[in-house]
Amino acid sequence: MTTTEEAVGSATGVADLAPAGGIVVPRPDSCEQASSCDETADGDPAAATSGVRRLGPTRPIEEVRAERAARASRVSSVVITLGIVSLLTDISSESVAAVLPLYLTTALGLTTIAYGFVDGLMQGASALVRIAGGWAADRGDHPKWVAFVGYGLSTLTRVGLLFAGGLVAVTALVATDRVGKGLRTSPRDAMIAASSTPRNLGRSFGVHRMLDTVGAAVGPLLAFVVLWAIPDGYHTVFVISFGCAVVGLAVLGLLVPDLRPRRASWVADHQTRPARALPKCKGCTCDAVPGSMPGSVATSRPFSWRFVTEPGLRRLLLTAGALALLTVGDGFVYLVLQSRGGFATQWFPLMYVGTNVVFMVLAVPAGRLADRVGRARVFVGGHALLLGAYVCAGVGGTSAAATLAALGLLGGFYAATDGVLAALVGRMAPVTVRASAIGTAQTVVAVARMASSAAFGVLWYTVGRQPAILSVAVALLLAVPLGWLALRGLDHTAPADAVPPREADRALT
Amino acid sequence: MRRPSGRVVALVAVVAVVVLGVGAFVVGSWQAQRRAVNEAPTPLSTDLAAVLAGPHILFRNTLPGEQYGLVAAVALDDPAGPRAFTDVACDRLYAAGGTTACLRTVRGVATRYEAELLDENWAGITTWPLPGVPSRVRVSPDGSLIGSTAFVTGHSYAQIGFSTETKIHRLDGTDLGDLESWTFLVDGVPFTSSDRNFWGISFVDDKLFYATAQSLSANTTWIVTGDVPSRTLTTLRAGGECPSVSPDHSRVAYKKVVRVEDAQKVWAYAVLELATGTETLFPVTEGCDDQIEWLDNDTILYGMPRQDEPGTTDIWALDIATPGARPRLLIEGAWSPAVVR
Repeated sequence: MTTTEEAVGSATGVADLAPAGGIVVPRPDSCEQASSCDETADGDPAAATSGVRRLGPTRPIEEVRAERAARASRVSSVVITLGIVSLLTDISSESVAAVLPLYLTTALGLTTIAYGFVDGLMQGASALVRIAGGWAADRGDHPKWVAFVGYGLSTLTRVGLLFAGGLVAVTALVATDRVGKGLRTSPRDAMIAASSTPRNLGRSFGVHRMLDTVGAAVGPLLAFVVLWAIPDGYHTVFVISFGCAVVGLAVLGLLVPDLRPRRASWVADHQTRPARALPKCKGCTCDAVPGSMPGSVATSRPFSWRFVTEPGLRRLLLTAGALALLTVGDGFVYLVLQSRGGFATQWFPLMYVGTNVVFMVLAVPAGRLADRVGRARVFVGGHALLLGAYVCAGVGGTSAAATLAALGLLGGFYAATDGVLAALVGRMAPVTVRASAIGTAQTVVAVARMASSAAFGVLWYTVGRQPAILSVAVALLLAVPLGWLALRGLDHTAPADAVPPREADRALT
Repeated sequence: MRRPSGRVVALVAVVAVVVLGVGAFVVGSWQAQRRAVNEAPTPLSTDLAAVLAGPHILFRNTLPGEQYGLVAAVALDDPAGPRAFTDVACDRLYAAGGTTACLRTVRGVATRYEAELLDENWAGITTWPLPGVPSRVRVSPDGSLIGSTAFVTGHSYAQIGFSTETKIHRLDGTDLGDLESWTFLVDGVPFTSSDRNFWGISFVDDKLFYATAQSLSANTTWIVTGDVPSRTLTTLRAGGECPSVSPDHSRVAYKKVVRVEDAQKVWAYAVLELATGTETLFPVTEGCDDQIEWLDNDTILYGMPRQDEPGTTDIWALDIATPGARPRLLIEGAWSPAVVR
């Protein structure tokens, strides 16, 4: 993880670094740094400003190009910083989620039936506010601060947990936490997209999801270690969780630049001072913009929900939704495995850890693969892994191998779909509606998966575990090729943008 | 080297404050925990063999201190007297016919759950893994069958809600299958919908037992009787959960939902006369959520968590033969009683 460390090291200067991609504008007070209007449109502003000095005439042009390409495919420090924010926040939320059933049943004396109710609320609350978060981010053009509100809301619930004494209070806090999660997700993903180039978009999301999943794995372990040392130390877990959330919030607030994707795209579209409706001025720097930015006059494409009807995005949303209808909750897969006894029973409480570890390990490779061979292909292909997981769960024996294969394939599925979908939408949607589009796609998938789990529950109870999971597998077998056909055209630009493998490797070392 | 910007300084300050604050709290609560354990008055303890030699009550000790969570015993005729401690830790336990069954949480970096059978010398016979938090356990009077219930819990990732797994094991650890795979007759008709859930076994002998059945689609819970040889469950009556049969087999006590408050079910205990089918509800036990144990044919025992002290529970006794009787505190700081006569 050399890239990660390297970038973490430079994350301190993140506020001054203009991420590559031609969509981030130099800050208004940094006029003296900019000398040409074309810089922000270039893939690598830093290389352009110092190019003459650093790249002497003795170096062959191929080498210079390779260096530029490698630089462009390296993940932006903004992405790493956002990944660290997610890591800390996930430690915070997953440590609480892991002990909440025990806390409710043993410390507060609630029954597990009531816990099931809380859990259902958790899932439902987050899906719908995602669109709202995306809309607010696009509308105000300050995705950072929308995400900040979302992270802040979740942080406040940790304080509440220390004082909550009953089911109603805990339920309200859990729901608030999920609202916060829903609010922050799409603005954050829009910021990742804004900080990436077309070449490294998949990898950027992969790096973010990897850091995010590390947090999700560390959180429960940390919580159980605390309970191990202090048997009734639930409040200690909540305090640690609060601490992690506060640090995450501080990293976001202090280190992540206030990206203005709409403003940046406007500036990129209006290169000259006259185009920006500014008076001519010889010797003036060109990054000055009218004060009303990004007001309706200045912005070329005002926010509009019409993006959902654009053919490409609509096809993607429908395909992703249809595939999500065949994605049943992981819990069902674990239960099918568990019902067969043997290895799976013994390790049942830890199955989600296995899935997460695979997700964590494969997130970056899957993102890079998506950059290289096409994000839509990897996204649909991920569902083939899901099909494999269902087959392993449905027909595999009681062996450890079948269980591990199912968990591995499930982790691979998440690696190939979660960040890749955001990258796919982030690339296709116009900048002005990017966060809304990402939020919409995620909501479509989340709602379809909830519907799928509910329907699968009925199937499960009517025909039994194994027939139920195998019938979903058969449906997926038909749906994956159809999805492949439906999204065929969406990757057409990818090969042209793709970085040759060797150069991408160099960026990692 | 540039001077660090104000933002970085601010971040370092925030991290320092958080690390110091959280660190202080963690160290403080760890020390408080050590102190509570060290300073807790050692419960009056007595010789284990002497208590086990006569009729006694086995239970999980929940008094704060070194012996928290360990199995303890008191003489049946002096339940408030000195307790004798074993070195076995259990979340729930039961003992009959010389067999003690113990369900426990194996805490660690990754928490797991298991069931263990112990012989009369507290030596382990066998263990098997449980899919989640232990719920109920009972042993048949001859000590040959063990009925256990555990919640099927994974994590918030498992979007399933409430589910239990109830199995009957033989003494050697072989299992007779999940009760969900047994034949289930509702009013004599085979119940085909597979959304059934069973929990809370109570053995009459090594063939007959009582248990709870639930179907979400039928929106009903039943008290059922189970027949081990034919692997069949038959509904006895609707309503009621976690049955427990009296020592003379004439009554069954169970918990029953009396009302729903803040989306939480509130239970109270009811006792059914099997010969006449009359059910008597005991509203004085409202707020309970435990499987009954019988002290004798006229007295029921149950555990209740203390409102103000998380983790500490008490065992209460209620005389069901005397109308208007109030529950009395039988054993302080105790949970999961098993009366061994």
